Amino acid sequence: MSLRQIAFYGKGGIGKSTTSQNTLAALADLGQRILIVGCDPKADSTRLMLHAKAQDTILSLAAEAGSVEDLELEDVMKIGYKDIRCVESGGPEPGVGCAGRGVITSINFLEENGAYEDIDYVSYDVLGDVVCGGFAMPIRENKAQEIYIVMSGEMMAMYAANNISKGILKYANSGGVRLGGLVCNERQTDKELELAESLAKKLGTELIHFVPRDNIVQHAELRRMTVIEYAPDSKQADEYRQLAQKIHNNAGNGVIPTPITMDELEDLLMEHGIMKTIDESQVGLTAADLAVG
Amino acid sequence: MSVSTTTDIAEVKERNQALIQEVLEVYPAKTAKRRAKHLNVHEDGKSDCGVKSNIKSIPGVMTIRGCAYAGSKGVVWGPIKDMIHISHGPVGCGQYSWAARRNYYIGTTGIDTFVTMQFTSDFQEKDIVFGGDKKLAKIIDEIELLFPLNKGITVQSECPIGLIGDDIEAVSKNKSKEHGGKTIVPVRCEGFRGVSQSLGHHIANDAVRDWVFDKAGDKAPTFEPSPYDVAIIGDYNIGGDAWSSRILLEEMGLRVIAQWSGDGSIAELEATPKAKLNVLHCYRSMNYISRHMEEKYGIPWVEYNFFGPSKIEESLRKIASYFDESIQQGAERVIAKYKALTDAVIAKYRPRLQGKTVMLYVGGLRPRHVIGAYEDLGMEVVGTGYEFGHNDDYQRTAQHYVKDGTLIYDDVTGYEFEKFVEKIQPDLVGSGIKEKYVFQKMGVPFRQMHSWDYSGPYHGYDGFAIFARDMDMAINSPVWKMAPTPWKKGEDDFLAIAAE
Repeated sequence: MSLRQIAFYGKGGIGKSTTSQNTLAALADLGQRILIVGCDPKADSTRLMLHAKAQDTILSLAAEAGSVEDLELEDVMKIGYKDIRCVESGGPEPGVGCAGRGVITSINFLEENGAYEDIDYVSYDVLGDVVCGGFAMPIRENKAQEIYIVMSGEMMAMYAANNISKGILKYANSGGVRLGGLVCNERQTDKELELAESLAKKLGTELIHFVPRDNIVQHAELRRMTVIEYAPDSKQADEYRQLAQKIHNNAGNGVIPTPITMDELEDLLMEHGIMKTIDESQVGLTAADLAVG
Repeated sequence: MSVSTTTDIAEVKERNQALIQEVLEVYPAKTAKRRAKHLNVHEDGKSDCGVKSNIKSIPGVMTIRGCAYAGSKGVVWGPIKDMIHISHGPVGCGQYSWAARRNYYIGTTGIDTFVTMQFTSDFQEKDIVFGGDKKLAKIIDEIELLFPLNKGITVQSECPIGLIGDDIEAVSKNKSKEHGGKTIVPVRCEGFRGVSQSLGHHIANDAVRDWVFDKAGDKAPTFEPSPYDVAIIGDYNIGGDAWSSRILLEEMGLRVIAQWSGDGSIAELEATPKAKLNVLHCYRSMNYISRHMEEKYGIPWVEYNFFGPSKIEESLRKIASYFDESIQQGAERVIAKYKALTDAVIAKYRPRLQGKTVMLYVGGLRPRHVIGAYEDLGMEVVGTGYEFGHNDDYQRTAQHYVKDGTLIYDDVTGYEFEKFVEKIQPDLVGSGIKEKYVFQKMGVPFRQMHSWDYSGPYHGYDGFAIFARDMDMAINSPVWKMAPTPWKKGEDDFLAIAAE
C-alpha cells in the first residue's frame, strides 16, 4: 500500500490532538505503521503516545546543535504506543520568533532524512488555524493528501472549518490536497449532528464520524494515555476504532471543498433554528435593548 | 553625428517625446500607462518636471533603486565613524554593503573608528524560528568587550527582523542601561518598507531624533558656543567632499561643529541642536532632521550647492546672509581667493569640454546639483532623473536647474536608460556602478556619480578642479576612438584610426 499522508486541522481547543492520537492508536491496532508529526510549538501532539510531553523537539535540538543540518533522524524520533513513531516540530516560546518557519524547517528536515520510509501513514497535527504560510506547509504540494477537520456544533468551530477549507481549496489545484471529511467532536450544542452534517454537505464533503462526548477521554488524558490504550473495551474506544476504520477506508475519496461565505454560514445556523431569523434592525442590539423594545 | 547637437529646442522636444513613446511601446499596456507618468520632456516655466515620483517600481523592469536598509545603514548611519552599526539579520545585506560607499574618515579603524568594518548578527534558521533578541544582546556585549572605544551602537534591521517581530527596542534599552547609558539606537529600516532607499533615510533621521536627541535631552553642550556655529547636514564625505566643503565655511569665518554624517561622530550629532544654522547639502536624505531641529530648537536651515564655482559662489553668499557683515565679507573673501584657481581650471578644460552633452541618472540630489558644475565647463545636461527623488526634488530641479526640453526619467528602468542613451548619444553618462559597464560597452564615456569612481572630492573649489579633470579624462580618452567595430566602419575611417 502506498503511503497515506493525512493531517488534522481545526479550531484551537477543539480536541484535534486527542482525536488524532486516539484514531491513530486505533489504526496502529489495525497493524498500520504510523508516523506522527506534531506541528504545534506547544509540542503536545504526541503526548498520549509517549506518556510524556516530548522534550526533544526538532527545533530545540537544532538550536542546541547549531542548525538542523547537524541533526540525525534518530535524535528527534521517539517510539510510542504500538511502535508509532513520534516527532514534534516544536518552536519558539509564545511571542517571539517565527513558529511558521519552524514548521517548514522541520518538515523539510523529516523529508530529507527519510522519515517517511517504511511507514503506512504520516499524520500531521497542526495548531489552531492556517494563520500563515508556515502552518499551511502540510497542505502544500507532496505533503498531506487528505485533510480531516475536527469541529463541533459551535459557531466558531464551524467558522474555522470553513476557513481551513478555503486554505485547502487554495492549494487543491496546485498540489492535489483534498478534504477527507469532517470529524465532529461532540460539545453537546443544540442539534449538533444535524448542523455538522449540513456543513459537511455545504462544503461538498461528508461527516466522517460523530464522536460523542465521554468523560473517559479525560480520565485517559490525565494518565497521558489514549482511550484505546487506557480502556480498550470502553464504548469510547470503539468510537475511535470506527473512526479509524472509516479513515482507513476513505483513501482516494477526498474532495476539493466548496467553502461558503460568512452569510451562508449564518443562514445555515438559522435553517436549523439555532439562530432565529432576525431582521437587520436588530443587529448589534443587546438582549436588554431587545427586551425594552 | 550625435543627435543632440540639434540646437532647435522644438526639434529636441519633439525627438524626446518620440523617444518616450518608443520606449513605452515595448511594455504591456498597463506597464506603459504606469511608466508614462515617470517620463517627460521638461517645459520651461513649469513648477516641476511633470513626472510622478516616489512610487513603487514595477516588477521585472530592473529598477536601479535600493531598499530602506540601504538608505539607513548605507547612507545616513554608516558614516558615523565612532559608532558600530550592526547589520541585524542574515549575513548577505551586511556583506554586500560592506564599505560600499566611499565615506572617508579620520581615525584608527578597529580602535576608535569602524566605518570600513562590517558587523552582522549573521542570522541562521534558528534565529528566525526562535527570534534573534538573545543573539543581538550577545553581540552588543561582545562589541563592548572587543571594541571598548566605540561611542555607541546602532541596530540596522534587515527584512526578517520586521517579519518575525523581534523587539530590538527592548534589547537596545536594556543593553544601554547595562553598559552605563551608552547610546544604542534601534533602527526599523527593514528593506521591504517603502518603495526605495528614501524611506530608509527618513527612518534613520527619525531614529536620530528619538534615540540621540531625546536621549541627550537638555545636557549642557560640552563646548563654548559661538555665534558662528554651523552644522554641515547631508554631506557623506564621498572621496572627502565634506572636507573640501568645510574649509570654505571655515575660511569665511564660520565654525563647523558637526558633519552629518561623513566623517561624523555621535558627539557631533549631539552637539548639533546648539548650532546657529544648519547648512543642508543632500536635501533628500536629511531634510527631515533639519525640519525637526527647526521646529524643536529653532535652528534655521539653508540648502546649498558646492558643485562648480557658480553654485558655490551663490551658496556662500546665501549662507553668509544668515550672519553678520564679517561673515558676508568672509564669503566675498573666499570667492575672490579661489577665483584664480577656478579661472585656471575653466581655461584649461572648457575648450576641451565645450558643447559636450551629459545624461545623468543618480539618487536624490546630484541629478540636479551637479548640473551647474557641468555648465561651468561649457557642457550641457540633456537628460536627468532621480532614483528616489520626491516631487519637491523635481520642483527644485525644474525651478533652478534644468533647461527647456531636457529629458526627465524618474526611477528609470534598465531598458529605458539604455534606449535613451543609445538614441541621444550623449558625450557622457553619469550614473552608478550597475550602469557603468553597460554604457562603456556601448562606447559611451561614463563617470560614476555616486562614488566619484575612486576619485574626488567633487565638492568645493578644490573638488571642482578634480571634477573637471575627471570629466575630461572620461570624455577625451583616446580609447573611445577604438570602440567602433573596425569591420563595420567605413574603410576610410578604419585607416584613419590605424594611422593615428
